[in-house]
Amino acid sequence: MTQEQIKSAIIEQILEIAPDIDEADIIPDKNIQRSLEIDSFDFLKILMNLSEILGVEVPESDYAKVDTVDHMCAYFMEHR
Amino acid sequence: MKKNWIEKNLNAFSIKPNLMEYFHERESFNWENVAKEFDGLDSGGLNIAHEAIDRHANGPLCDKAALIWLGENGEKKIYSFSDIKKQSAKFANVLQSLGISKGERIFTLSTRLPELYIAAIGILKNRSVLCPLFSQFGPEPILQRMQRGDGKVLLTTKALFEKKVRPLMKQLNDLRYVLLIDAQEDESERILSLPRLMEKAADSFTILPTDPEDMSLLHFTSGTTGMPKGVVHVHKALYNHWMSGRYVLDFHPDDVYWCTADPGWVTGTSYGIITPWLHGITNIVDEAEFDAVRWYSVLQNEKVTVWYTAPTAIRRLMRLNNEPTKEYDLSHLRLIQSVGEPLNPEAVVWGVEKLKMPIHDNWWQTETGAIMIANFLSQQIRAGSMGRPLPGIEASIVHHNDDGTVTEVTEPNKEGELALKPEWPSMFRNYLHDDERYAKCFVGGWYLSGDLAYKDEDGYFWFVGRSDDIIKTSGHMVGPFEVESCLMEHPAVAEAGVIGKPDAMIGQLVKAFVSLKTGVEPSEELKRELIGFGRKRLGSAVAPKEIEFTPNIPKTRSGKIMRRLLKSREMGLPEGDTSTLED
Repeated sequence: MTQEQIKSAIIEQILEIAPDIDEADIIPDKNIQRSLEIDSFDFLKILMNLSEILGVEVPESDYAKVDTVDHMCAYFMEHR
Repeated sequence: MKKNWIEKNLNAFSIKPNLMEYFHERESFNWENVAKEFDGLDSGGLNIAHEAIDRHANGPLCDKAALIWLGENGEKKIYSFSDIKKQSAKFANVLQSLGISKGERIFTLSTRLPELYIAAIGILKNRSVLCPLFSQFGPEPILQRMQRGDGKVLLTTKALFEKKVRPLMKQLNDLRYVLLIDAQEDESERILSLPRLMEKAADSFTILPTDPEDMSLLHFTSGTTGMPKGVVHVHKALYNHWMSGRYVLDFHPDDVYWCTADPGWVTGTSYGIITPWLHGITNIVDEAEFDAVRWYSVLQNEKVTVWYTAPTAIRRLMRLNNEPTKEYDLSHLRLIQSVGEPLNPEAVVWGVEKLKMPIHDNWWQTETGAIMIANFLSQQIRAGSMGRPLPGIEASIVHHNDDGTVTEVTEPNKEGELALKPEWPSMFRNYLHDDERYAKCFVGGWYLSGDLAYKDEDGYFWFVGRSDDIIKTSGHMVGPFEVESCLMEHPAVAEAGVIGKPDAMIGQLVKAFVSLKTGVEPSEELKRELIGFGRKRLGSAVAPKEIEFTPNIPKTRSGKIMRRLLKSREMGLPEGDTSTLED
């Protein structure tokens, strides 16, 4: 998967869990949970869905490294 | 069960716990002695703001750190008791200059910013009433609460105002002012810049006479049948705050304390603002949301000694599967308490194994105002139990009789409703504008909690479940009626029934069963649309996380939704008595 594909998979999963969000409101360098009001339960669900799609599991200890769309994208690129 | 009993070695404590002998402390306890711990106002009466901040700022603790604020992006701000005294005086003067007076309700809708904590004290100084809202509420819960609470002022941020409140302004007729924490200029005569007002306000304020029975806080809590109820608390509640700070949080002068709860919920005000400051304790506030690594770092770097947190967070930490005491210096930590929902025994045991100390569960509600039942630092813990009643608190189990009366259950291990003997100082004084509902909470000389529990032979209480349909998700109460009403506003929805679906991480998640109007076909797309619809209106803290379509919602012949039946079906349990089910 290319970086662009990973990024769109992330955005797709955010919109899947929080369909009220406008795609335009997803700012790649903003904290996902804070800026989009995704609670930690939903955040966990997004990461679980992504780990199924991308085959990369994010351990709880690395959650700070996937706080923004940009960081999440870089993380999946590095660990795929 | 005995294997999950954790014994304490009374000689092993480096700092002697305030409560050493449970029964002795209960017997010798009296509220008159607690009263001696407070100054009272020179002008007369008792005010939380004076006892929590001003009296320390006027004495030897004036330069001590009252608030250590940790920003999301690594900033750190330290406010002394003297700083908070001055800043909160400014806020009280701001309110006064706006003509806001005693008893008027000031709502707050903010993330955990220092201004929120300063405002809380300022509001109390002005003898106005603090009404905290959770920042992740959507517009509908905000509107419901502000209308019911007759909100006169709202303190919020620009972003939250734009997203959630501006569209409601026409419906908020009582609202006179919005104070924006991060706006440099006023937007209009009604929407004002807080920094501008604070800058010109004087930093001293004389608190006017405050009756201990004057209203101090109004917290909203969910009901099963109707919209949220405004739970009225008074200044005298600080008796219980002080007392539980002494016995449950075991405060000693040099403690550094961190309560992870948000002030949008009652734990975040009673124990995230008032109690530590009553004791002159340094209070840590972290702006950021849960992150396991960050939290361990806060415990280490701030040298936290007493930590008050929640089961959801503890279960997240358990997922880390690490050796925290090897990776972090947690040597300062001496007490962990947990509240929000029952702490599962595995989590208590995990604490012993991984944090090298047990986690103490305790129990209370918005209505009780303060901790009522707890596992104490010096006492044996029975993992899975909420513990024993605090000194000054009488708790029991009652059985409901067919004639509407209740009888105390004296036989141990017999399930019934958890009840408390009125009245204790922090007991709620009313549901705002709803005397009838308030009166219903008291039967036969007991306050009925709505929680089902039993008491063992030694007086430890064990939670069994709720006697009503209220959902407890991530430690927060959600009323099914509020969610159902919202979903039914969607044009495709005929009826909705909402339950708490058991979840290993957050206790229960909000799940909605939905029947569609004739001609509307169920689809995954519609499910997503309804989830989005709920989130937009209710906010992520209240909205359903799961939707299931069903041809019809089970109801009684009188038309009441049988949520109990929906829940049994969800869990694959026997359906029980269905004699009242409509044909």
